[in-house]
Amino acid sequence: MKSGRFTKKNGLFVLQLGAVLLLPFITDALLGRGWVRIVDFAMLYIMLALGLNIVVGYAGLLDLGYIAFFAVGAYCFALTGSPHLALAFPQLFPAGLHLSFWQVVPLSALLAGGFGVLLGAPTLRLRGDYLAIVTLGFGEIIRIFLNNLNAPINLTNGPQGISLIDPIAVAGVSLNAGEEILGITFPSVHLYFYLFLAFTALVIFVSHRLEKSRIGRAWMAIREDEIAATAMGINTRNLKLLAFAMGAMFGGVSGTLFAGFQGFVSPESFSLMESVMVLCMVVLGGMGNIRGVILGGVLLALLPEILRHGIVPLQQALFGRTVIDPEGLRMLLFGTALIAVMLYRPAGLWPSRVRRSELEADEPESTI
Amino acid sequence: MNSSALKRGTPSLSQGEGWGEKPDVPQLLEVRDLQVAYGGIQAVKGISLQVAPGELVALIGSNGAGKTTTLKTLAGIIAPVSGQIDYDGNSLIGRAAHRRVAQGMALVPEGRGVFARLTVRENLQMGAYTRSDTLGIAADLERMYERFPRLYERRDQLAGTLSGGEQQMVAMARALMSRPRLLMLDEPSMGLAPLMVKKIFETIQEVASQGMSIILVEQNARLALQVAQRGYVMESGKITLSGESRELLGSDAVQRAYLGG
Repeated sequence: MKSGRFTKKNGLFVLQLGAVLLLPFITDALLGRGWVRIVDFAMLYIMLALGLNIVVGYAGLLDLGYIAFFAVGAYCFALTGSPHLALAFPQLFPAGLHLSFWQVVPLSALLAGGFGVLLGAPTLRLRGDYLAIVTLGFGEIIRIFLNNLNAPINLTNGPQGISLIDPIAVAGVSLNAGEEILGITFPSVHLYFYLFLAFTALVIFVSHRLEKSRIGRAWMAIREDEIAATAMGINTRNLKLLAFAMGAMFGGVSGTLFAGFQGFVSPESFSLMESVMVLCMVVLGGMGNIRGVILGGVLLALLPEILRHGIVPLQQALFGRTVIDPEGLRMLLFGTALIAVMLYRPAGLWPSRVRRSELEADEPESTI
Repeated sequence: MNSSALKRGTPSLSQGEGWGEKPDVPQLLEVRDLQVAYGGIQAVKGISLQVAPGELVALIGSNGAGKTTTLKTLAGIIAPVSGQIDYDGNSLIGRAAHRRVAQGMALVPEGRGVFARLTVRENLQMGAYTRSDTLGIAADLERMYERFPRLYERRDQLAGTLSGGEQQMVAMARALMSRPRLLMLDEPSMGLAPLMVKKIFETIQEVASQGMSIILVEQNARLALQVAQRGYVMESGKITLSGESRELLGSDAVQRAYLGG
């Protein structure tokens, strides 16, 4: 009985895994190559959302500037993996640094983690709205710095951004060119898909282990009641800093992936809107629940693309012209969706099991 | 009423000498001339108190007297302006709150402070955060379920969905999970039905009879003094009266101010 159920569960897992592995080919065949790229971006968002989930979902620290860490990771690769340093500082770096992607990943994780602590340290006493305001400011400061650090020394190349970032190479194979493996042609976007999938799997694994760990429990205790958490013997200061650092590291790594994938970064990719978007993914999906956050990430990353590809042809067919710009419609639908979710599913679309049972509990509360 | 054994508190250093106690008994907790302020406003204006090992001490007084502030300062959540806190012979000044827990001080905060979106079991496990003896923790968890069968029934329920009394049980059991030597209870009777207050106070007495030292902060003076051996009366940041519970219960001043008689 038990082993039978076990194999059934295993079979389902193998099936799901197969479907995920074949996803780029299926998407390519059904919707075209552009959609594989969109799926790749969705995975970057999932990684970001899972990183923010550590800060907001587990530790309960509202962070509205999270995209700054994504920017730190992206610019880390942009500076160390493009000819920009050679152009800006010919004496110091005559040939640029051109670190490999695998050297940059730990570097940007460390750097972003450092920025996480930098943001966390002065905000330790803040909670809720006040923390949100400071983190929002932090995100904007980073973006404005990136925008203006082209003078007096040209560090970030200002609003033009940094281009010609080296493509990511895995085992000596550049992901920017297609590759034929075992007679199957893997286009560049497919290769990036598998790389992102590996990183997403790693992020999910780390998130899962953290959630079940002593550290994860301590974060949740801080989220629920900080004074009581202190009274349990939790070092709230260190654990809050750790939450900021861990979340920032996830953001930094996905930023590095983003820079390598795009080959180009500019400050406009790191606007407040992006921070809000990632936060929406966490809240909409189900704060603190990994599956929920992934669902939120997939939905919110794909929704604008579906609108862009669906609404314009629909309007063309109906009215013969585009009446409403899909960009504008996107925010309208977003807002509506968020209000609806907050009204009808306040714990998110896919809340964690205990929280769902809490919401569904119809057992009358005892009076004593 | 004869109040010869009672001591009129004055915020002077001499208060720390210890009234009504044998000076040769080492105190578990010794507080001398403690002053605490919130942004310039003094909440605790130089109090001194002692807790002997195994003693149940009540700290009573009206709303805003500074009882909760005192307890939070003892737990390390607020830093004092001046004064001494000695625990087990060592000064606690400058020691972080989480280290005090590891040394056996446990606080049941005002308003219970249960982790609402964690289950009852997870709440209790959090109490043992500073411990690493897995088997001992599991055994203590069973012991808590025996003491509070209601919590066993609700072990997988979110603590936030429990009634006030059940939450108070969670808060107490959680604090006991750290195997404290000194338990600090902040208003355990607040907002509870009389039956539940009775149950909580029975537990307090039971725990005390097993040799744990307890500081009980209460607004319900009669109840607190009935279970405590000694008591301190606090008024606007100062200890105005202290002594044996029986004598405090009988004293005119306490009768008038807190017992409505």
